[in-house]
Amino acid sequence: MADTGEIKKKESEITQKAERTRSARVYTPYVDIFEKGNDIIMYADMPGVDEKAVEITLEKRVLSLYGKADYELSGDCELCGGEYGVGDYSRSFTLSDEINRDGIQASLTGGVLKLTLPKAEAAKAKKIAVSAG
Amino acid sequence: MFITRDYNGFNLWSDVEDRFRHLQHEMNRISDKFTSHSPKKFPKVNAWAEGEDELVFTAELPGVNSDDVEITVTGNHLTLSGSREGENGKDGESYHRRERWNGEFSRSFNLPFNVDSDKVNAKFSKGVLYITLPKAESEKPKKISLN
Repeated sequence: MADTGEIKKKESEITQKAERTRSARVYTPYVDIFEKGNDIIMYADMPGVDEKAVEITLEKRVLSLYGKADYELSGDCELCGGEYGVGDYSRSFTLSDEINRDGIQASLTGGVLKLTLPKAEAAKAKKIAVSAG
Repeated sequence: MFITRDYNGFNLWSDVEDRFRHLQHEMNRISDKFTSHSPKKFPKVNAWAEGEDELVFTAELPGVNSDDVEITVTGNHLTLSGSREGENGKDGESYHRRERWNGEFSRSFNLPFNVDSDKVNAKFSKGVLYITLPKAESEKPKKISLN
């Protein structure tokens, strides 16, 4: 169980050489991932992000999450004491199971992204016919 | 900022910049380890000054119900407490990762001025808590005119 005292926003690791065009900081969202029956369920903490500002892509087996945080502060607010940074969220995972792409569901409430990824029908045993020749 | 120029299709500066950024990142990571040992400092809070007479506190509390947050203000003292329940593993669930926090939190702050507690406004939006704390009338400077 995570002790809340140690929770600190973590800046995203630099994995790609290409930079983002937006100069905002990028953070790694904390996630819970578990399997429930035939689904893989993922929760990601993305405070400040709404459902319109999140991008989820699944390319081959790589699932990428990207969320753009938007703070509702009026323009004349001036930061006078900061303990955490505000920025975007980005994280990618390599999934070990084949996913049924049509059945993916995503919702975002209260800054928490919930993804349901149904596994594809138990990797059907495929018979490969060998043609003689 | 350096001005970089491609030479023969291979960008020397960008390589140096990359290395430098990586080093900086590593150093931040190491220094974070030493500085984050202030227990129970959760949630992390940013304080914003809106003009002279108002402070706005923001805290990131994703997935927390607004009913589970308690904010109390007395004079120049603000207390923020609440809890978040985890998605606890039930039968037939196996965890791959468990990084999100859950449990109770409580924090208090001393504010630089007394607050008009009737006008304190708090809202929750997209997992971010905003608390607006206006300065009490009695704290505002009063202009005294000479007769």
